Amino acid sequence: MDRQLLIVSTLCFLAAVVRTIVALRAGIFRPGRFNFLAIALGFIFQTAFLSIRGHSLGRCPLTNLFEVFIFLAWSVALIYMLVGPAYRLSLMGAFTAPLVVLIQGFALIAPIDVRHPVKVSANPWLEFHASISIVAYGAFALACIAGVMYLVQERQLKTHQLHSIFYHLPPLTDLFAAITRLLWLGFALYTLGIVSGFFTGRPLPHLQVVAAIAVWVLYAAILQGRHLRRLAPKRVAALCIIGFSAALTLLWGITFTAQMPSVP
Amino acid sequence: MNLFCVGLSHHTANVETREGFAGHAESDCLLRGIGCAEALVLTTCNRVEVYGASEKRVSTDEIARCLARKIDKEPHDYAVPFYRYEDTRCVQHLFRVASGLDSMVVGETEILGQAKKAYESARASGAVGPRLHRLFQRAFRVAKQVRTHTEITRGSVSVGSVAVDLAQKIFGQLNKCKVLVLGAGETSERTARALVSHGVTDLRVSNRSAHRAQELARLVGGQAVSFDDWLEQCREIDILITSTSSEAPLLTPANLAPMLRNRIDRPLFIIDIAVPRDVDPRVNEMEGVYLYDIDSLQSVAAQSLALRRQQTAAAEAIIAEHVADFVDSISRGLKRASRTPEHTSVADSSLRTSEL
Repeated sequence: MDRQLLIVSTLCFLAAVVRTIVALRAGIFRPGRFNFLAIALGFIFQTAFLSIRGHSLGRCPLTNLFEVFIFLAWSVALIYMLVGPAYRLSLMGAFTAPLVVLIQGFALIAPIDVRHPVKVSANPWLEFHASISIVAYGAFALACIAGVMYLVQERQLKTHQLHSIFYHLPPLTDLFAAITRLLWLGFALYTLGIVSGFFTGRPLPHLQVVAAIAVWVLYAAILQGRHLRRLAPKRVAALCIIGFSAALTLLWGITFTAQMPSVP
Repeated sequence: MNLFCVGLSHHTANVETREGFAGHAESDCLLRGIGCAEALVLTTCNRVEVYGASEKRVSTDEIARCLARKIDKEPHDYAVPFYRYEDTRCVQHLFRVASGLDSMVVGETEILGQAKKAYESARASGAVGPRLHRLFQRAFRVAKQVRTHTEITRGSVSVGSVAVDLAQKIFGQLNKCKVLVLGAGETSERTARALVSHGVTDLRVSNRSAHRAQELARLVGGQAVSFDDWLEQCREIDILITSTSSEAPLLTPANLAPMLRNRIDRPLFIIDIAVPRDVDPRVNEMEGVYLYDIDSLQSVAAQSLALRRQQTAAAEAIIAEHVADFVDSISRGLKRASRTPEHTSVADSSLRTSEL
């Protein structure tokens, strides 16, 4: 039952992707309510899935790689719905939906939904650490998407080749402001996630801690470079993509190698 | 009763010919005098058209005579440069005209305002009756739908508006942008005015002739800056419009680089309208600098126009749907009216299917 909810959710996001592709091919792309509604519907089904899974586990559903990916996709959709309309980044939905489809599609296809043989007891600090860290990943994912949008728009302006999408993408300065805010949001949540990890009362795996701190340092460096005006907006945008790729790799590594699969 | 359109446009006649038939104050009255029950004259710089409804056919020559500013005494065939569309084709033509598909610049929206003005004027003089009323109201709806559901009006097609569009896509709101106009040419003045009309308040003008700089600054509501200081201004400004008559580039990567040192997070948009160019093209390779010369601006305008042309098919489909629906609604109105003979006014105001 819960997987069916997830399939329906993925189809909702896929509908947004297909509509965007069809509209772009026809040259009449117009970011309207459809994308936002499709994503909102997908988000509702995601929430229903996580809720059912959480009830059956008796804890936050972050016990294996499958659940971690779904929670990540949920975080991306959540941050988009909070940030997108606030910053008038309606086109961000067109970029967000493919990322969610990729994450959820992979989670559904790959044999990673392996139930833990022993029922894991709930640990509030561990659950807080895991969930807040993944919401931070959601913010980093959106910063990455805004970075892609920035680079697309910047390239069109530099090469003087303006396509239909040019007229729908936000101005460079607005995108850069959104990137900066998303980076700060993600960074604050990630810091909270790392700090809360020390209160779980469990032995800390050194490799994971070092890798998590490395990602933290990378984002701190991006923000410091931005604050001190050492990094041009284009580089910040590119680093957002690199940073999120690194963070995603780390998330994979942590969940895959952890003794306790629930610890991201 | 039939609907017709008689006219000439930039497609069929040169400006000299169009001038000769640009109509005059009495055109409406004259047209009604020759048998048009309803008549509306649409005159723009690119077209002169008469939309009418009449019981009997009114010849194109008679209509052309009503529009002619000067009537020759010698026998003359006035109808030669005119086209004529009747009934369904007339409906289709008006829908295309109102939607900007028949315009010189495809997708321009000025024509809709002009059509509305012509309609209001004819209605005020009593020249528009129920047939033209229905036709024009539908045309305005169609034009709005075409504009909303296609990209036909997307992008700018003139140098000034392209510059404004690009500036908005870089900076968003322009009210906090600082603009320097270097050289007081006509095109730079137009571009500066376009930026001012979109919210720019901090505008500086620099020119070799201080007097000319002050004059332009006064005209566009800016302030004059000494020509010796223009390069230093690049530390502060967001948009630079250059149009000097310098033979060699004034701005190169070498002299711009020091100015950009402390503004790494602030883009610089340069519009170089001068020929020969004032800005070395390599400046466009610098981080955060967006350089557009006259060719690039015209190329963007051409891309917008091409994008609009791609949308023609979608717009034509919307129009075709409305033409069919309009004809159908008239036919249904007629059937309803024939079932209720007391509603003769409705029958009167409808067009017979056979006639359409």
